[in-house]
Amino acid sequence: MSNPDRIAKVIQNVSRQEVAPDPEESLFDSGYLDSFALTDMVTELEKEFGVSIPDSDLSPRRFETVAKIEAYLESLGK
Amino acid sequence: MPERRLGNEELAERLGCEASWILESSGIAERRIAGAGESVVEMGVAAGRAAGWESGAGKPGLILVSSGTGENRFPGPAAEIALGLGWPGVPAIDLPLASAGAVFGVALGSSLAAQFGDVLVIATEKMSSVTDPADRNTSILFGDGAAACVISRDGAGLEILDSALHSEGTWAGDIQLPLTGTLRMNGLSVIMQASRKLPAVISEVLTRNGIGAGEVGAFLMHQANQNLINRVAKAAGVPAERFYSNIRRYGNTSSASMLIAASEWFEQAPPAEGEVVCFAGFGAGLHWGAVVARRVAG
Repeated sequence: MSNPDRIAKVIQNVSRQEVAPDPEESLFDSGYLDSFALTDMVTELEKEFGVSIPDSDLSPRRFETVAKIEAYLESLGK
Repeated sequence: MPERRLGNEELAERLGCEASWILESSGIAERRIAGAGESVVEMGVAAGRAAGWESGAGKPGLILVSSGTGENRFPGPAAEIALGLGWPGVPAIDLPLASAGAVFGVALGSSLAAQFGDVLVIATEKMSSVTDPADRNTSILFGDGAAACVISRDGAGLEILDSALHSEGTWAGDIQLPLTGTLRMNGLSVIMQASRKLPAVISEVLTRNGIGAGEVGAFLMHQANQNLINRVAKAAGVPAERFYSNIRRYGNTSSASMLIAASEWFEQAPPAEGEVVCFAGFGAGLHWGAVVARRVAG
């Protein structure tokens, strides 16, 4: 499974939505993530990709779309 | 607490939303709203009196007043509260830290008691005066109130064992009350930071003292949001019921909330001798911290 697909799966799980988000779609504006679901998503991304995301990287904008999340994880070597 | 109650039905009508949505998203059913004649100073004086401390009932060596909603840029409410309690001349320090102010006040008070003697810590907030009544993201959350505690070098009650305090300015813009205007909050960022930092600081202070989270009888946390309290409990690995909560009745009263919760908890379920209690707070700044204490005889 590609990274975007794995990310979308995590988002679907925490948001309990059946339809996967588009890569450039705002996860906040589209209703996939509220403040608590965003926190859950970060925790699940850590588990899924085996990374530790420091508090200093926890800017909502960094996690606003699948594409941005993919780019961020890539910066962590994933 | 102010007498006036603002319930979700009344608030929903004003905001054009569903009362059920307010309860589901925040866990808050009603909040208290101070009247025009109930200032931060007046509520603070009332809290000091409720704690049994006013002129004629002893004299503290120091007063710490936490408030992010004082009426002036300066002075803060501390000196006027000291005067109102009948103690002109007693040093009174303002802690304008917003929501984390009480946990900072308790932690600092436990250190300063060695130098000043009894320290009266008061947290008093009039959040309704700084919240945009038309902003559904903030006006549903906040309420008004005040509470106080006394920290002595010795005596009965809770013995403060240790504290951990932190500040981080990176996120200062995500929750702030500017000089003009009303409270601004980036809920996405604030909740994400709080969800991480509160469990971490609780773990830090407990681990340093060789105390497991399961050994703590009660967690007395800043009452920000019931969903946040539940998540911190989950992260700490303890049942949510171990975290005392009154947010359903009072909403988020910023720094006052932790001491209001502690006051109610102590009255309703006084801890047994030896029981461990953990306080925690988080707020604008960002500032956050935790204090661990143990019930001693008396």
